[in-house]
Amino acid sequence: MRAPCVHPLCTAATQHFGGEPMKSALAVLTVIAVLVAFWYAACVPMNIKGVLVEAERAGAEISTPGARDRRDMSEVGLVLDNRFAIPATWAQDRPRLPAPHQVGIELWKTTLGKKITSKRSLVYHGWVTLSATLLGFAIGTGLGVLLAVGIVHSKVMDMSVMPWAIVSQTIPIIALAPMIIVVLYSVGVQGIIPKAIISAYLSFFPVVVGMVKGLRSPDHMQLDLLRTYSASNAQGFWKLRLPASMPYLFTSLKIGIAASLVGAIVGELPTGAVAGLGARLLAGSYYGQTVQIWSALFAAAILAACLVGLLGLIEKAVLKRMGMAS
Amino acid sequence: MNTEPNTQPVIEARNLDLTFQTNDGPVHALKDVNLSIDKGDFVSFIGPSGCGKTTFLRCVAALETPTGGTLSVNGMTADEARRNRAYGYVFQAAGLYPWRTISKNIKLPLEIMGYSKSDQEKRVKDVLELVDLEGFGGKYPWQLSGGMQQRASIARALAFDADILLMDEPFGALDEIVRDHLNEQLLHLWARTNKTIGFVTHSIPEAVYLSTKIVVMSPRPGRITDVIESPLPKQRPLDIRDSPEFIEVAHRVREGLRAGHADAA
Repeated sequence: MRAPCVHPLCTAATQHFGGEPMKSALAVLTVIAVLVAFWYAACVPMNIKGVLVEAERAGAEISTPGARDRRDMSEVGLVLDNRFAIPATWAQDRPRLPAPHQVGIELWKTTLGKKITSKRSLVYHGWVTLSATLLGFAIGTGLGVLLAVGIVHSKVMDMSVMPWAIVSQTIPIIALAPMIIVVLYSVGVQGIIPKAIISAYLSFFPVVVGMVKGLRSPDHMQLDLLRTYSASNAQGFWKLRLPASMPYLFTSLKIGIAASLVGAIVGELPTGAVAGLGARLLAGSYYGQTVQIWSALFAAAILAACLVGLLGLIEKAVLKRMGMAS
Repeated sequence: MNTEPNTQPVIEARNLDLTFQTNDGPVHALKDVNLSIDKGDFVSFIGPSGCGKTTFLRCVAALETPTGGTLSVNGMTADEARRNRAYGYVFQAAGLYPWRTISKNIKLPLEIMGYSKSDQEKRVKDVLELVDLEGFGGKYPWQLSGGMQQRASIARALAFDADILLMDEPFGALDEIVRDHLNEQLLHLWARTNKTIGFVTHSIPEAVYLSTKIVVMSPRPGRITDVIESPLPKQRPLDIRDSPEFIEVAHRVREGLRAGHADAA
C-alpha cells in the first residue's frame, strides 16, 4: 500500500532516498558542479561595474573611463574589454552577487568559527528560527491531523472546512504575517508564539490534504470488511484508516516542515526581529551585506534539507516497523 | 418460529427485489428472488456478470439493502444478523492489511469483537492449521503467494464463531491449479466445521464440485432461473469430476445458464 503522491514535491521527496547510491551521488555532484560553474560565470558580469569603479579609483586603466559613462553599457562588453578585472569580481567586499567560495567562507566563519552564543553566529540565529519552526510544525501538524479526522468523519466539516483551508493558502503569507504579529502583540503575545503561528498557518495545509487522502485511502472492500465485523467508527479509525494513512502522513510532513521553516523566516521579517535567519536576511539587505544574505539563505536551505532528511529517516524506520516498506 | 431451529432455513429470501438508482436510470439488480438455504448447505451462485449473484450475497451480509421482499438470516433480519456477527465474509481479493502479519490480520475481527488475548492466540493457531498455513503467522502478506493470502483471508473469516461463511468469488483471481487445490481444501474445511456456505462463482466445474445446491442466475433483471440439488456424495475426491453424475449436473447448469441467456436476449 505505497501511497501515491498528493503534491508534486513529494515525488522528489520520496525518490530522493532510494536508488543506487553511487550513481545518484555522481548525478547529484554533476548537477552541483554545473550550478557552481554557472554561478561563478554569472558573478563576472554581475559585479564587473562595481569592480571597475574600485579599479579606476585605485588608478587602473579602464576601457571606458567614468562610472557614469559605463552605466548603460552592456556588462558582457565591459568584461571583454577589461579582462584584467575578472578575478576581482570574485573577491569584492560587497558584491552584487557573491561568489560561492565567499558564501562558503562566510558560512564557515559564522557557524564553526564563532561561539554559538555570539549574536553573529548563524547557529544561534538558526536555533532561534528552528525553535519557532518546530513549535509551528507541531501546532500545524496537530491541527492538520485533527481537521483531517473531522473532514473524513463529518460531511458538514468536509463541506465547510476544506474550502476555507484552500482559501487560507491563497492569501499571501507576506501580507498576513504582519497582521498576525500586530494583533498578537496588542493582546500581549510576542516572542516565539507569533512566529510559530505563522509557521503553523503554512504547514497545516499539506497535512490536512495528505491526511484526508490517507484516511480515505482504504477501498470499499476494506470498509465493507469492517462492516461485516460490525466494527465501530472508532475501531475503523484506529485499526484501518490511521495505519493506512501513514505513508501519506509522512509525505505531507516533509512538505509541511519545509513550509514551517519558510513561515518562521517570514514571521521574522515584518517585526525587524533582532535574531533568527529572517533577521539576518533583513539586516543583510539593510546594509548591503550580500554575502551575509546569501549565507543566511544557504543556512536556511541546509536546515530545511536536514529537517526533510530527518523526517525521511523516521519515515523509513516507521514504515519498516509496520511492514509497509517496499 | 425459533422453537424449531433445526428445521428452519438459515437463510430465507422471499420475493426479494433490489433496484439501484443510477444516473442512467434504475437498474434491476435482483427481481423476485426466492430461496431457502438450510444449515450445513454448501450453496453456489453461478451466472454471468450482472446476474446479481454478488448482490444477493451482499444482501445476505446486509452490505446492500433490498428494496422489496423479505430476507431472514438465522431467523433475524440481515442487518440484525450482521450486528450479531452471524457470518464471515471472504471477498474477491484477500484484502489483508499490509501493516499486519498474517496472525495479526486474523486477529483483526477478534480484536474488534473483543475476544480475550489468550482466546485470540488459540483461535489464530486453530484456523492457521485449518487452512494449512502453520508457521506463516509471523509473515507479512507480501511475503505470501496469492493463494496463501486468500487462504489467510478465509482463516480470518473462520476465526470467530459465525456459522455462515459467505464467499464472493474467492478464488477468481487464482490460476486453475491453485484453485483446484483450494477447492479441495475448502471441502475438507466445510466437512470439519459444518458451516453453511454461500459461494459465488462463474466457474461451472467449481460450482458443481463444491456444492450441495447450485443456484443458476441470469441477468437483466437479476433472477434465479434454476436451483439444482446436487446428487453427488459429501465425500468428493477431485476425480469425481470425471464421473457421469458430475457431468450430468454440469450439463444441467450449462443448460440453465443458456436458458437464462436466451430469455434475456
